[in-house]
Amino acid sequence: MPKITYIAHSGDRKTVDAQIGDSVMLSAIKNSVSGIDADCGGACACATCHVYVDAAWVDRLPPMLELEKGMLDFAPEVRPNSRLSCRIEVSRELDGLVVEIPSTQR
Amino acid sequence: MAGRGVNERVVIIGAGHAGTSAAIQLRSLGFAGTIDLVGEEPHIPYHRPPLSKAWLLGKAGDETIALKPASFYAEQAISLQVGCRVDGIDRVAQWVSLNNGQQIPYDWLIVATGSRARRLPWALAGGSHLYELRTRSDAEALRQALQPGKRVLIVGAGYIGLEGAASARARGASVVVIERENRVLARVASEAVSAFFQRYHADRGVRFRFNESITQLLVRGSPPTCEVSFDRGIQEQADLVLVGVGAVPNQELGAACGLHCDDGIIVDQQTRTSDARIFAIGDCSRRPLQLYERTGRLESVANALEQARLAAHTICDAPAPVHEVPWFWSDQYDLKLQIAGLSFDVGLHVTRGDPSSARFAVFHLNGAGRLQAVEAVNAAPEFLAGRKLIASRRVLDPHALADASTSIKEIAA
Repeated sequence: MPKITYIAHSGDRKTVDAQIGDSVMLSAIKNSVSGIDADCGGACACATCHVYVDAAWVDRLPPMLELEKGMLDFAPEVRPNSRLSCRIEVSRELDGLVVEIPSTQR
Repeated sequence: MAGRGVNERVVIIGAGHAGTSAAIQLRSLGFAGTIDLVGEEPHIPYHRPPLSKAWLLGKAGDETIALKPASFYAEQAISLQVGCRVDGIDRVAQWVSLNNGQQIPYDWLIVATGSRARRLPWALAGGSHLYELRTRSDAEALRQALQPGKRVLIVGAGYIGLEGAASARARGASVVVIERENRVLARVASEAVSAFFQRYHADRGVRFRFNESITQLLVRGSPPTCEVSFDRGIQEQADLVLVGVGAVPNQELGAACGLHCDDGIIVDQQTRTSDARIFAIGDCSRRPLQLYERTGRLESVANALEQARLAAHTICDAPAPVHEVPWFWSDQYDLKLQIAGLSFDVGLHVTRGDPSSARFAVFHLNGAGRLQAVEAVNAAPEFLAGRKLIASRRVLDPHALADASTSIKEIAA
């Protein structure tokens, strides 16, 4: 199973075994990673699953579609490596992915 | 804040999105007392919105819709009891009684009993051919019935009806939607947005009958066929009937113990009922809508979460979170409808973008030029900017809003 590491704003790291086909958001929910609230359950309607993707991984992720871009446009503390984790599907290629959780999500 | 409320007992009736979020919020605020979360459905708490979409398409399961994994509740010392009904609230003794004979004492009680599908008198005759869409069990029954080639008759062209229609078409069923009003989404959307959605569904094979009320449903023949009659004498036949004609608040427990109710348990800004020890949150409550200077019931995830936060902060005596603009969403086919605000007292409607491109927004301004609501179709920036602008109460220039060459970000800045 691909491993994904979530780094909380406090610096706490949590590495989980993710299921292929789940989103990076759902993998966090299934493993009680705090800070990934996912209020809308993955409908890309709320932007509470915002993450910063580790620099080494930014270019290796599937590109953003317009909806995700639009939601991020107004999210707090957006950076160039911002993504919504409900829009990133876990695949074998993503084994080792590291994402950081913004301070606005705890 | 840790250690707050260490000897206090919170009981939450209802393990939907509101009740469960209240429990989670209490713990994240450092509440150290006991939390009992009692739910009537046999499942661990789950997201309802996917039921009318991903669940019906077979693309969601229990694990994907769960609000939290099953292990979460014990880890957070939240005593979750599912498949249990609360039968009564004793406000003097401060306990609730369960249908299994248990009595749970409380210092703070949160009523989060939700709402149930409105039932129409003729519907009883539909027996096992009649479907509603509120719970996981409802959705699973409907999913099994929705086979390719089935004839589905949907009563009500609201969110449930239209999302159900989109899912039924995706499953290869034929769909007729019956609506009492003269357009789809009549209660929740403006005419421009209604017209757009109606056309979109019609282009995908959904047939509509407007201004029709059903007088009778008969199930007969073999295989059994549902025969629906209208007040104008016309008939439709179907293999199954899905009814989505709104919801009624589950306020009975509150009313029975004397809490003030009026189409919902009446609550204040902090979600307190007429008893200061009891809160009511989510679909079952009638709340102040400060921006609009009236009260109302909001059936939405956003409202469930906001009221859960308010109740938890009040119990923990923490500074109140900022007031949120109400918001809603609906997914149909490849369309995402996002609505912010409520269309009260609106006079001017400004369309931005071209509906024929399936990416547009309609802004609704009041007489003073302030934004009351925005409806955005595949237009997340307009939705999010709208939320900000509604909260700001700024007077807006309608021409700038309508001009798609002015960036919405600039307008909202």
